[in-house]
This record gives sequence, structure tokens and C-alpha cells, in this order.
Amino acid sequence: MGYTLGIDLGSTTTKAILLDANDRIVGRGLTNTRSNYEVATAVAESEAKINAHFTFLKEAVDSSPKLSSQAAPLLNNLENRFHLVQHLHRVNRLRRQCLFEAAADRLLPHQPRLTTVLNALFDQIHERAERSFSTADVDRSRFFRDIVGSEYMALAEEQSRESSIALDLLMGLYDKSILVEENQVLDLSFVEAIQQAVEAAGESETLTRVQQKALREVVEEAASQTLEVDNMVGTGYGRQRLPFRKDQIRSEILCHGLGAHYFFPGTRTVLDIGGQDTKAIQVDSQGIVTSFQMNDRCAAGCGRYLGYIADELNLGLHQLGPLALQAKRPVRITSTCTVFAGAELRERLSMGDAREDILDGLHRAIILRAMSLLARSGGITDEFTFTGGVAKNPAAVRALTRLVEENYGTMKINIHPDSIFTGAVGAALYARHTQGGIA
Amino acid sequence: MTTPPAARPPEIHKEPSMLLQKNMLADYFTRVSKAREEGKKIAYTFVPGNLTELLHAFDVVPVYPEINALQNGMRKRSAKFILDAEKIGHSEDVCTYVKADLGMLLNGNVGPTGEIIPEPDILLLSYTGCFTFMKWFEILKQHYPKAEVVMLQVPYQGEGTPTPAMREYIVRQLRESVIPAFERISGHRFEEDRLREQLRRSAEAEEGLVFALQSARRRPSPIDAYFGGVYYIGPMFTAFRGTPECVDYYDTLREEIQNRIDAHAGPITPEGPMAEEKYRLIVEGPPNWTHFREFWKLFYDEGAVVVASTYTKVGGLYDQGFRHNPDDPLGTLADYCMGCYTNLNLPTRVELIEKYIRDFEADGFLINSIKSCNSFSSGQLLILRELERRTGKPGGFFESDLVDPRYFSAANIKNRLESYLQMLDQRRSQAVA
Ligand code: SF4
Repeated sequence: MGYTLGIDLGSTTTKAILLDANDRIVGRGLTNTRSNYEVATAVAESEAKINAHFTFLKEAVDSSPKLSSQAAPLLNNLENRFHLVQHLHRVNRLRRQCLFEAAADRLLPHQPRLTTVLNALFDQIHERAERSFSTADVDRSRFFRDIVGSEYMALAEEQSRESSIALDLLMGLYDKSILVEENQVLDLSFVEAIQQAVEAAGESETLTRVQQKALREVVEEAASQTLEVDNMVGTGYGRQRLPFRKDQIRSEILCHGLGAHYFFPGTRTVLDIGGQDTKAIQVDSQGIVTSFQMNDRCAAGCGRYLGYIADELNLGLHQLGPLALQAKRPVRITSTCTVFAGAELRERLSMGDAREDILDGLHRAIILRAMSLLARSGGITDEFTFTGGVAKNPAAVRALTRLVEENYGTMKINIHPDSIFTGAVGAALYARHTQGGIA
Repeated sequence: MTTPPAARPPEIHKEPSMLLQKNMLADYFTRVSKAREEGKKIAYTFVPGNLTELLHAFDVVPVYPEINALQNGMRKRSAKFILDAEKIGHSEDVCTYVKADLGMLLNGNVGPTGEIIPEPDILLLSYTGCFTFMKWFEILKQHYPKAEVVMLQVPYQGEGTPTPAMREYIVRQLRESVIPAFERISGHRFEEDRLREQLRRSAEAEEGLVFALQSARRRPSPIDAYFGGVYYIGPMFTAFRGTPECVDYYDTLREEIQNRIDAHAGPITPEGPMAEEKYRLIVEGPPNWTHFREFWKLFYDEGAVVVASTYTKVGGLYDQGFRHNPDDPLGTLADYCMGCYTNLNLPTRVELIEKYIRDFEADGFLINSIKSCNSFSSGQLLILRELERRTGKPGGFFESDLVDPRYFSAANIKNRLESYLQMLDQRRSQAVA
């Protein structure tokens, strides 16, 4: 039996999960490609397959007597190099796209200078990447856009100062090009990329000749494993817009319920706070949904709300939670309306409240809204599993933990490191079990 | 990959009874607009607890602001009306029927069919459970200072059963204040026999309505008792009850449904006969009118048929045995008013829906929680939990509004309905396994 694929098309990211015949997760894929759901699906799927190849590779290294002693650093290094190869491939593609845009008719007078500036700029991005990817712990959860975007901006500022080319022009080129770049699948196979990575690793690592040979063998073996997908199910916000058959589409409510059960079989209540909606779900001992509530047409109090707040404060989304944890005199915020959030925030700041104190209040407000949905869905029953992007936010988790304790007493609260994949896992499980007629 | 079905002409299927009703409504609005010229008096009144037979006995033309509001909603006119009412200070939280009505008034009181609705001579306020009724007519009274207001206090069914004293209380009000007011306004003396005649025809037509509603017990159900149901209650709940036209309408309806029963056919949807009955559902709460067809489509596309609904009981629980009784004309009006769905307490509502779930062999039930209707919406989550507990059938919860298009999110509702139906599938297959 082959693999099953679950795709969760969220409003901000698309997730893919590959399960093997024993329902074990072998691959995870995540992309922020947004403009087109078909591309997003393809990108997430290919990422999940690459990730699966790494899973196989890890197993092979672990069980190879010649390599197992150095397995962890070796794999980490290999994976970093692999991602560097991929990253540079994309940087080059982006460079070409920028140069292409720069060749537009209206830019002809600037073109020679533009070409020089762009090339200089991308050379530096290239160099920096080589450096940053070689450190031991690269944050692989960052998207290409996030990494390249800030570098490009900083370098463009420099270049425009030196070259008298307007910053706006450089940024305009980037904005156009990154969209194109983001919306295409990577045209670099696992095999090609891993071979380049192995070459590089072989040169740098303190591997013996024998070990190098062993490494090449296991890599080859892992790369040659085919990932035959037997069935797939799509879920999530964008599921309607995909050319999936009807029986290959499941509601995200069902998928989240089953996915949460997969990670924590004791789960009875699930809270999912995603970009655009919040769901409170009750499941039975098999992970089957028995009741649910979700926010109405208004996205107040969802992940997107935090996005606005982050923009308003000129912070990254991931900085909000840690900052809020530093609150000393938390502020009570009542409104979770995304439209009013900015205004309320500015007002509070002008009244002299500290950023972290306001942020603490904002997190609490979101969770209060979720608590009301939970109550409406039938309350919270032990165990309680929290999923979705917001489950990664420590301030949201803290607010939730407190409010759960206050309202329902002590509960086991589960948050899985792979929680963002909950819906995709549920989808992949449906793909396996519907096929066999177990439904 | 599926290929999209070939584009089909947007032909909308209508049953003969629907066409008949359409003409009846058009005639009615014309009659309303010409009432003044014909020397007739006009009463504004509410659907729940309406005394249409009595009004007809005085030759007074009834106008139902709720019906105008919903008709305007279906015709996409309500959005502007609501905004206009908000502009003069009615908050976002006020019942949107009220605001749609006021907005229409502010825009020259041009009714749903484009004809002017004349000012009321009398505002007959039968108070049947919804507090908004009172406030609504209080506001109308400010706009129409010349109109007389008559209030009929209908005791709320807080204990669940009407008592003889309550009945007597209503009859006394009818005799001492409502009837004298209508005599004064219309210039006609009250003739009990005219009322009896109306009531006799009401009872006859009521049999037809009940036949229609009960037909949904069959498999497949020949009707949709919510989306189709709102049409079937139309004549009965409004200006036609007690008239010969109303009797004719229900004869036509009966025949039409009988034909479908004989043919083992399901309901007729705007896109033609419904294919397969996959889910039998009960719905509590009014529908959304601004996206009525879209809302319905979400159901029939999935093979979901509503086999019973509570909204179709706002103007009387005929299916539970009530019939207007010509032998006790005022007493029967009292019974009628007390029994309207809006006047029932939560335990009675739970019992009724529970009964529907069992009698109609439903797979589950849905609640459409209407943002602006406190009368329906408060307590609905308690109803949901209690019904789940009693029947073991899963409940689903939607949120929308009556006539405010801002509160209808098709994507959100579709998502919930799909999730709900998939949950039913899951549970069914689990039960089999
Ligand atoms: S609140 Fe509900 S019952 Fe009352 S008038 Fe408005 S729609 Fe009717």
C-alpha cells in the first residue's frame, strides 16, 4: 500500500501531510503561496515529499553502522545544505525575474545601471545565504519571502543611496518578482538538490572515505524511494476552489477533530484558531465530531487580528507573544474587532500604556472570544487540544490556560509541535480510511 | 477532475401553487394601494396572533409590516431601507424587520411590488410574545399620529398551558376594546355571522395546510417544509385566511403534493425536482430572506430536505390540532393567539421540536439563529443542547439575519452546513460499523 496525502488550504498557509500505510507521518509540507490554490497545493505536496525523503534518509543513516555514530550532526548539516541549494536556486530564479522586469520598456534608460545594481545586490544575498545556512540551527520555518524580503530591502536601501536609483523602483521590481517566484513550484528535484548537498557535505565534513561512500549509498537509496500517493483529501478554507472530486473534500471541522485525535487520542474538545476562523469542536473517543461552533461571518478574534496588530506595531507576528509575556500591568481590552483594533491600540499607546501591557490585553481578548465559542459548542471536556497558528503564540497559550483553569478547573491542555498540520493530518487519515470504505 | 456542468438557462421552477400565490399577492398589494380610493380602512398588524378574519368581517384591509419587510428582503430592497433607518438613529442591533419597515416608510412607503402602501387607520397590536412588536408600533404611532392603536394583550405561555382565565381575558379584550375600536374605525357594526363564515373557511383551508405539512413524514418527502414551507404558509398566515381564495389555494396545493406523493417524487426546488433525499432535517428559526434562494440551494445541492420547521408555526400550530372554530368565534381567536409559536416558552419549543425529530424521522436538526430576532434567538443554544440530550441527534448552528444582507455569509454557512452533513455521514457509518 502506498501513501495518502492530506492538504489543508488555509487562508494564510497551505499544509500537506503524507501518511504511510501505518498512518505514520512521513512528510510535512508548508507554504505561504497564496494567490492560487492549485499552485499552493502542488508546492505543499512537493515539500511534503521532500520532507518524506529526509525521513527515509534519517532512518537509513540511523541504521547504517558506519554513519549512526554521527547521525545527528550529519543529518542536520545535510539538511541545511539541502535547503541552501534550494534557497540559492530560488534566489537565482528571483534574480532572473528581477532582471527581466528591469528590462521593461519604460525602464530602458535605467537598464544598464539597474542591471549592475541588481546583480550586486543579489550577489550579496547569495553570499549571506551561504553564511547563514551553514550555522547549526537554521530556523527552517521561515518562508523564502521572509528571509529574502528583509535582506533585499536593506540592500536596496544601501544601493539606492550609492547609485542614485530610486528605492521605490527597486522595491517595485522586487514586489512584482517575488509574486511570480512564490507562485511556482520548485523546478529542482530532490535527487538533484541532495546530490549537490552531499557533494558539499563531503568536502566539509570530517568524514572518512568509507563514511563518504556509505553516505552516498544511503542517500541514493532514500532518493530512489518512490512516493506513490494512493489517495488524497483536501480540506480547509480553499477546498471548494480546488478541482478535487467531491469525495476528496472534507470539511476542516471534521479534519481538525480527527487530526487532534491522532496527536492526542484522549482529546474530547478541540480549539482551533486559524487566520480567518476560530472553531470549537467536540469529538468522541474515535475523533469523530459530535458538535461544533465556529465564528460567524466576522473574523474578529482570529489569527488575522494579531496580524493587524503586528503590522500596526511594526513587529513580526512571532514577536507579539513573547513581548506580551513581559507585561507588568496588563490592560483590559474589550474589542476583538479587527477594524477597531488599530484605533484602540493607538489610543492606548497615546494614553501612555506600555506596548507589552496592551498586547497582553489583546491576547486575552482573543481568547475570551474563543472561550465563548467553546461554551457554545458544549464547554471543555478533558483532554483539551489547542491547534492552529495561534497555538504557537505563548501569550495566547498563557491566556487560554488561565481562562480554562478559571472556568473549567484543571485540564490537560495539549499543544502539539506539529499542531499547524492538524487539519492536514485529519485529511490524510480520511484519504486512507474512506478509500477502504471505513469512512 | 470533474468538468463543470454545461451552463443551463436560469429557468426557475415554480409549482402551480406558487404561481397562484404570486398572483394572489400581486392582487393583494394592488388592493391595498387602492383601499383608500375604495373607501376602505386599513389596519397594520402582525402575523403571529393576527385577527385577519375579524378584520375581514369589518371590511378592513390588513397590512402586515413583517410581510412587507420580508418581501422587500427577497426583492433586495431591504439593505437601503435598513441603512436609512440606521441613519435616523435606530441602532445596528434593532430587529431588521423594524428597520426595513421604517426605511420603506422613509422612502415614501412604496411596497414590495412598487405600489404605495397607504397609511394605517388603526394599528392592531396583538402582543404574542415578542416585545419588539410593542416598540415597533410605538414608533409607527409617532409617524402616524392619526392612527388609533389597539392592543390585544395575549398572555405568554410561561407555564406551557393556557388557562380558562387567560382565554377569558383575551375574549373580554376582544369584546370590550378590539371590536368597538373596529366598529368605530370602519363604521360597520360587528356581525358575528360574518366572522363565523370566515372562520369556517379558515378551518377548511387549515386542513389543506396540515395535509401539506404532514406529507413530509413520507420518504421521500414530497415537500421541503422550510424553504417550500414558507410558501405554503403564505396565504394562511396573512391577508387570505378566511377567504374563498385561500381555500382554493390549499386545494391546489393539496393536489400538487398528492401528485408528487403518487409519483414518489421529492420537493420541487427552484432548479427543478430534487434528486435524492439524503438527509432529513428539522429547522428551528426563521430563514434569511435576502439570500433565500442561495440558502435553499446549499441544502438541496447536498440532498438535504427539511421535513419540519418551527418558523412555519409562527402563525399558528395547526399541525398540532388547532383549527379555527366557527361555533366559538371569539374563544377560538383567543386560543389561536395564545398558541402561536412566538408565544411559547422554551420547554414547549423543545418538546415540539423533539416531537418533530421523532415523528418525521429526522437525521438531525439545525438552528438558524437570527441576529436581529431576540424573540427566536434567545435560548436557542439551550434548546440545542437539550434536544441533543433527549434525542441523541446532532444539532447544527447557523447565524444569519432576516433581511439585513450584511449578516449573510454564504461561505460561512456553506462551510457549516457541509461540516454538519459530513458529521451526520460519519455518525451514520459509525452506527452501521
Ligand atoms: S424580534 Fe423577531 S419576532 Fe420580534 S418582530 Fe423582530 S423578527 Fe419578529
